[in-house]
Amino acid sequence: MAVRILDKIKTSQDRFEIRLSGSGGQGMIFGSVVLCEAIGKEGAKNVVQSQSYGPEARGGASKADVVISSEEIYYPKAMKLDLLLAMTQEALDKYYKDLKENGILVVDTSLVTEMPTKDYYGLPFTQMAREEAGHVMVANVVALGAICALTGIVKKEDLIEAVLLRAPRGTEDRNRKALEIGYNEALKLKK
Amino acid sequence: MAKNKRKLLQGNGACVQGAIYAGLRFFAGYPITPSTEIAENCARFLPQVGGRFIQMEDELGSMAAIIGASVTGMKSMTATSGPGYSLMQENIGYAYMTEIPCVVVNVQRGGPSTGLPTKVSQSDTMQARWGTHGDYNAIAVAPSTVADTFTETIRAFNLAERFRTPVTILLDEVIAHMRAIVPIPEEGEYEIVNRVKPTKPPEEYIPYEITENFVSPMPGYGEGYRYHITGLTHNTLGFSTNEPEEIVVKLDKLKNKIDKFQDEIMKLRVNNMDDAEVAFVSYGSVSRAALQAVSLARSVGVKVGTIQLYTIWPFPYDKLREICSRCQKVIVAELNMGQIIHEVRRALPEDIEVLPLQRYDGEILTPTQLLEKLEEVL
Repeated sequence: MAVRILDKIKTSQDRFEIRLSGSGGQGMIFGSVVLCEAIGKEGAKNVVQSQSYGPEARGGASKADVVISSEEIYYPKAMKLDLLLAMTQEALDKYYKDLKENGILVVDTSLVTEMPTKDYYGLPFTQMAREEAGHVMVANVVALGAICALTGIVKKEDLIEAVLLRAPRGTEDRNRKALEIGYNEALKLKK
Repeated sequence: MAKNKRKLLQGNGACVQGAIYAGLRFFAGYPITPSTEIAENCARFLPQVGGRFIQMEDELGSMAAIIGASVTGMKSMTATSGPGYSLMQENIGYAYMTEIPCVVVNVQRGGPSTGLPTKVSQSDTMQARWGTHGDYNAIAVAPSTVADTFTETIRAFNLAERFRTPVTILLDEVIAHMRAIVPIPEEGEYEIVNRVKPTKPPEEYIPYEITENFVSPMPGYGEGYRYHITGLTHNTLGFSTNEPEEIVVKLDKLKNKIDKFQDEIMKLRVNNMDDAEVAFVSYGSVSRAALQAVSLARSVGVKVGTIQLYTIWPFPYDKLREICSRCQKVIVAELNMGQIIHEVRRALPEDIEVLPLQRYDGEILTPTQLLEKLEEVL
């Protein structure tokens, strides 16, 4: 007779899984790499990143996952998300099912209109980037600022440093500003 | 921990950093997904350490070039995926026969033929053992994480130099493209093995001399030693032979130099096996799913363990039998239609049930799938 194991397991392991999702060009992969570097900087946490690859990456919804743990990370891919960032409706529709019960949902309300739940944090990242930070390109960094404020998973200073390290020269001010507005606006939402 | 000793690397990037750490100074290759970043990283980083990168016309040429470079005394490497690995087989056989150390990385994707360029697979496991024709002994290692890839690449170079033989690194798409913060070792932190050079003067040099460990000292071309290299079966002087006694000496040399020193090559990670009634046997990225599954199953009291094969070839028959001696069931999880499972069956006594868990749809096995299998067999 088969033994039930899966029902008994509580996945309360020391593990935090983040997925940044949107469409190609929205800088989800850039965001995940920056997040990795910022979190891994101090050496206290292990961190693994993986992303959509090949035809998958060129299609509509594209994703990048970051798994964080203070212990050895066994399985490197996301299993049940603790946080999902959805920058488009398509990404939200595709990946919402992977979010844990009580997981944190963060959406770009400038591009997402239909919510599968009332329990989410919504900010118009794209609009904020365009109108307040000076360019739509930094919407991903606005979102990173929000994730930072909502989770505390990474220090704001480390995140800024990691963003500036990888951002193209001449975009430093814009990126710094994007991160600050994302951070500050999300703090106001925090439950 | 010092900040500058940690770096965010992709699996393919870690392979290159590990290789350079081990002494790689010549890379020849023909880019192919999912190994391309290895060529890119070599093109970028090798010139910074005085090394050479060359993009060849194809994989046949790539393999030939790294053999030639090694003969001059350089540590050399190429990287490819299944389709290119097939094309390299003829020259890999030449390196086995002529005993020229080099490292071949195969970042596996789905096959046969051009198959699934962007999808993960472990279906070249047997090809790494039997890919080229003839009798020979093969060494293949299989990392499972980005950090592993760094250290296993060092080990692959050390084994190639120690045993004067090509060594295959079996990576897969998942590890190759994953990124992680990994520790970068200081110089001297890991032992680096270099091939033994002749101490005799050139006029007394016997190129394929049978030594105590069956490995003959190898000079670099241009260092004053003149000798003959041929893919034809040769005697200790390096000249082709049809003499039955000399043929046996040569083939036994290829076999014995590895068979008799397997302890230096074997590497396994054994986890939770002391009281395990069921064991997962796996390698490469799948072993990470196995470790995850076991840690979850253990949290609810299931007596299950894992054995991860870092060294795939030569296969650790004896060690596996010893570690699994108290198991009732062994599940072999791999991303193919059944390759290493046959070796596991050969290794274990008949009263241990060996069960397959295979996935070949281009996706990685998940911890949940392993746990479902566990539920099924318990």
